[in-house]
Amino acid sequence: MANIVAIVKMVPDLVEELEINDEGTGLDRDWLRLIINEFDNHAIEQAILLKEREGGEVTVIAPETEGVEDMLFTTAAKGADRMIKLAGDFEEGVNNHALAHAFAETAKNHQPDLILTGVQANDDLDGPVGPLVAEYLGMPYIGYISGVTLEEGRAIVRKEYPGGLIGEMEVTLPAVLGIQAGEEPPRYVAISKVRQMMKTAEIAEAEISELDFSGGISAKRMYLPEAAERAEMIEGDEEEIAAKLISIFKEAGAL
Amino acid sequence: MTAANLGFTTEFYESLFEVADGENIKTCLQCADCSGVCPFGYLMDFPPGRMIAWMRAGILDEMLDTDSVWMCVSCYACTEVCPKNIPLTPGLMTRAKEELLLAGNIPAELQSALEFSQRYGNPLGESPRKRAAWAEDLDFEVPIMRKAKRPVDVLWFVGDYASYHPRVQETTKAFAKLLHKLGIDFGILGPEENSDGDSQRLAGERGLFEMLAEKNGKAFGKYEFGEIITTDPHAYNAIKNEYPQLGIEYPVRHYTEFLAERIEEIKPLLKGKGDVKITYHDPCYLGRANGIYDAPRTLLEAIPGVELVEMSHNKTTSLCCGGGGGGMWLDGFQWEKGEVRLSDWRVKEAVTSEAEVMAVACPYEPPRFEDSTKTVSGADTLVISDILELLIEAIG
Ligand code: SF4
Ligand code: SF4
Repeated sequence: MANIVAIVKMVPDLVEELEINDEGTGLDRDWLRLIINEFDNHAIEQAILLKEREGGEVTVIAPETEGVEDMLFTTAAKGADRMIKLAGDFEEGVNNHALAHAFAETAKNHQPDLILTGVQANDDLDGPVGPLVAEYLGMPYIGYISGVTLEEGRAIVRKEYPGGLIGEMEVTLPAVLGIQAGEEPPRYVAISKVRQMMKTAEIAEAEISELDFSGGISAKRMYLPEAAERAEMIEGDEEEIAAKLISIFKEAGAL
Repeated sequence: MTAANLGFTTEFYESLFEVADGENIKTCLQCADCSGVCPFGYLMDFPPGRMIAWMRAGILDEMLDTDSVWMCVSCYACTEVCPKNIPLTPGLMTRAKEELLLAGNIPAELQSALEFSQRYGNPLGESPRKRAAWAEDLDFEVPIMRKAKRPVDVLWFVGDYASYHPRVQETTKAFAKLLHKLGIDFGILGPEENSDGDSQRLAGERGLFEMLAEKNGKAFGKYEFGEIITTDPHAYNAIKNEYPQLGIEYPVRHYTEFLAERIEEIKPLLKGKGDVKITYHDPCYLGRANGIYDAPRTLLEAIPGVELVEMSHNKTTSLCCGGGGGGMWLDGFQWEKGEVRLSDWRVKEAVTSEAEVMAVACPYEPPRFEDSTKTVSGADTLVISDILELLIEAIG
């Protein structure tokens, strides 16, 4: 019977074009639509799979931003037991250090055996959330996980390495895991079930201490990629192109 | 048989009575005409006739562990032939998909189309803000209701594929040009339009359908217009037959009906481009589901030089393109099950008919049939055109 906490966040939805704010220091948040971080969605799936297999309870914690309630009701329909939104000034975007402090503070109250979160997110500017939370709670962290088995006081995890290598590791609980992929892809829940949850389930609000941004970064300038004229198009037939390429590589010292 | 098995079957059986004429299911003769006519019946563990047999035996719960119900493309072929008028497509098959979906037994491809529909209001996962972007390169303005701020005669419900699919956008632009030429007072909803939801409903996601319908109903309610016109038979079917049950009631016509009524006005505009043999593919949701067979043919025959030939399956026996009832989002799944594409069968028939052009009237079709012309032998010169494109070409 494990007490599992999934910590998740909403990130910019890349289906819409991103705009830079007037100061040129970040995204224009008025234009953003937020969506659950895909890796976090896998973390939720992994948490629910563990609960279904081994019993226990799943608590999902997310900062209060646009769309977070719909997302939490969806996780309730998937089988989460408790949904908590962090009450704070998150709408303008906060760095992961501040977010991790808030997650750690709230997660701690639930005495988790296991904290699951996405291994990364598209708006991570100051490192992923998982290792920071582990640091603040004094727990071990393993990232790039694609499978978890629970045993008495420990977890056996599958960690993915580049090149298709898989490592199997054991970690003492409580621990934080950065999920690369759940053992199954995130499940579909019928809208009727989500709507049912909207009527019956409750989302708790957690008060948090003042946001602590220390240790994070602040962006000086954010801009769209600028077109540069560095590319040289090589013309000619195959032989000529190959000869030209070789001379360019030689010039650059690559050959 | 356990009580739990029986419980599922009984509940399922009784839920079928809620569909119009649903009680007819009690009179099933077990003639198997439905399973025989079904284009994918041979690949299904539970084609309609067998589903009814297992239901009568009280063991239909076994269906929940199979996935071939997802092969059903909601084409109405079974419903059309059933001698006892059992609403097999909107009732039995759709209810079966709903149960599979609730049980979480759903192909991944379909899942993402449903998630996109929920999140973005279209199954393609495109930006809702860009729903009217297709109109940008026309040399006249397509009025968007929110900006136009005036009543219009015609509210054009554009639909998903017509809005976003690059191939189908050509058809959409052809209709815009035609409306413009005919001086019709029209407007579109633009970003306020959501998927009609009909194919999602027939793929078992009733809740999603209702959510999308409510959003469209809200948008309709904001504006004044005489009637709704759409190029999409699926949207037409939803707005005509399903939305009223949710209290969203507006007059709606498919473009073929709307234009056929104006045929005398259109005829003088049509210039011939030489003789051409054309065959017409009846879309399931215009034909079998809604009985519109003549209007599209009237439009085609009005084009000078057109000789209309019929394929062996036509009108009530038309073959499905494979895109209905979620089929648009199950190409990979269908291929894995049977290594066949329904669109290939149809294109083979078009080739046999010796037509140079296969005319269509549904946004699902041009991309599906054009793909098939690339692989079916003898089909490489077959042109797939929506009737709208043929009309605009003939106007020149
Ligand atoms: S609707 Fe079409 S695909 Fe579905 S069972 Fe009937 S005949 Fe088969
Ligand atoms: S065609 Fe109608 S009567 Fe015949 S088996 Fe199918 S459902 Fe029953």
